[in-house]
Amino acid sequence: MDIAVCIKRVPLLGSAIVLTADNMAIDTSKVGFGLSPHEECAVEAAVKLVEENGGSVTLINIGHIDGEEQIREQMAIGADRAILIDTNGAEPDPQAAATALADAISSDDTNFDLVLMGSESADYGGSQTGIRVAHKLGLPVVTSVKGLKIDSGIATCERAVGSTREVYTVPLPAVITVKDGLNIPRYASVPGRMKARKKPVDIKQVSFAGSRITTKQLVVPVQEAKGATNLGTGAEAADALVEVMKQIGVLS
Amino acid sequence: MILVYAEHDRGELDPVTLQAISAAKALDADVQAVVVGHGAKDVAAELAAFGAVSVHVGNHPELLDFTPRAHARAVNALVTANSPRAVIAGGTPRGNEVLGHLAAMRDEPFASECVSIELASGDTAEIVRARWGGNLLDEATVTSSLLIATVQAHAFAATSADAPLSVSEFDVELADGDVLVRVEDRVGSSAGGVGLAEAKVVVSGGRGMDGPDAFVMLEEIAGVIGGAVGCSRVVTSAGWRPHAEQVGQTGTKVAPDLYLACGISGATQHIAGCKSAKTLIAINTDSQAPIMGFADYMVVDNVHTFLPLFIEKLKAASN
Repeated sequence: MDIAVCIKRVPLLGSAIVLTADNMAIDTSKVGFGLSPHEECAVEAAVKLVEENGGSVTLINIGHIDGEEQIREQMAIGADRAILIDTNGAEPDPQAAATALADAISSDDTNFDLVLMGSESADYGGSQTGIRVAHKLGLPVVTSVKGLKIDSGIATCERAVGSTREVYTVPLPAVITVKDGLNIPRYASVPGRMKARKKPVDIKQVSFAGSRITTKQLVVPVQEAKGATNLGTGAEAADALVEVMKQIGVLS
Repeated sequence: MILVYAEHDRGELDPVTLQAISAAKALDADVQAVVVGHGAKDVAAELAAFGAVSVHVGNHPELLDFTPRAHARAVNALVTANSPRAVIAGGTPRGNEVLGHLAAMRDEPFASECVSIELASGDTAEIVRARWGGNLLDEATVTSSLLIATVQAHAFAATSADAPLSVSEFDVELADGDVLVRVEDRVGSSAGGVGLAEAKVVVSGGRGMDGPDAFVMLEEIAGVIGGAVGCSRVVTSAGWRPHAEQVGQTGTKVAPDLYLACGISGATQHIAGCKSAKTLIAINTDSQAPIMGFADYMVVDNVHTFLPLFIEKLKAASN
């Protein structure tokens, strides 16, 4: 089974978002980078499927050329090769990203049985790139999948809705977008990291037409300082906490 | 005219759809709804009660349970026939999925998770959309004669606007493969007890719990007050608790009466999932932890020593 996994690097935010002076981007000078949690699960799922069924995992990374760092990290857990779509620092909108990803998938020598993606990116969160890629490739798409089994060319997908799970089946080839919780991504081993250095990365350059959704500015919503009441520590705080719970009506 | 895609589950309307109708009403009095699938007609009256002046019910013998691309096909036919200025839906997995298909079919931009929408002159609309699970807002201009957008849950209040019920039915014309992906079965959740998303009280643990064992205390608290246990992403990544309990941007978003955060520092990923709690109480050794900025009450103590004391008092108080 040959699987393509679409990924992109995003800043790893701690507890605060700091913007650049022009309010047009997140100031990433003091933060690290990684993948969106959904995408880490997509790579893990692909590696596991190939371990069980044979085949290959191709990463397709769209974004900054420095995304090679994230590619190598995912190669260290088992991805075989990668295509890096270099956007020259530009952040493509979902329409442009889907076009570039679909072009890379359809022009590759490998006929992919499965395209895995995150259901939405951590940063932009458009919830649409996977669907657009599927339409461009003429493939069916199942989104927001949290359970995935493949048997005889049919993918059985589960999606969480409230306290139940919906079941979808789809014949391959297909695009499936997944959510965090599908699995627990493994950590890279030292031999895995060594191997990753030598795996092939093909670099493609793309440029984009202007987006029809243009950002005027980014705004970090102002958090009203709630001014938390300090209940103290120890037994005194335990009594106070019980009282608060009575006051707000969760304890009668 | 503005067309709202009405999301329902076998005849039960999703509440965010009503918020979408109210958001649309603020843009144009002529708000029409489209609803597809088994039970579609049952929700028409409720759509009218919130202001839909016309409800289009799409029928097809193959369309029973949720079938995303076919629903988009039905919406697309109405768009072509009636040229609405905008198509709006609730910012839910289904709403985003159906409008994602619609946008792909028409090769139009799609602004998901909007918290503000204004129609400007010509083909432009000024929107504000949520990024990073709502931790960052994107003020943007969308250029298209057809604005396709979803509204973030709870960003708009649903207000009743009694329109007389007017229902028209139409046959949905499907294309090849439109019914290939659809809900085929439903299976019960493995999680017992109170569902996290609906729980009135969520007792949640983070890195400060130092391992799976201490979660027994959170289960005990949840048991006494009838709440659900939650956790941060660190906890599920470490395998201490199942992912179904994760609260956050990539887990469950909760809005309980009380959110009790135990040993949670308050990364943006986590705050995105719990900031809608009516009351947030944080127990943490660090009074300067980011979570304290969102808390109504804080206990500055170690969860391992404080929680046993608290459980004793809690049990005494509930007896």
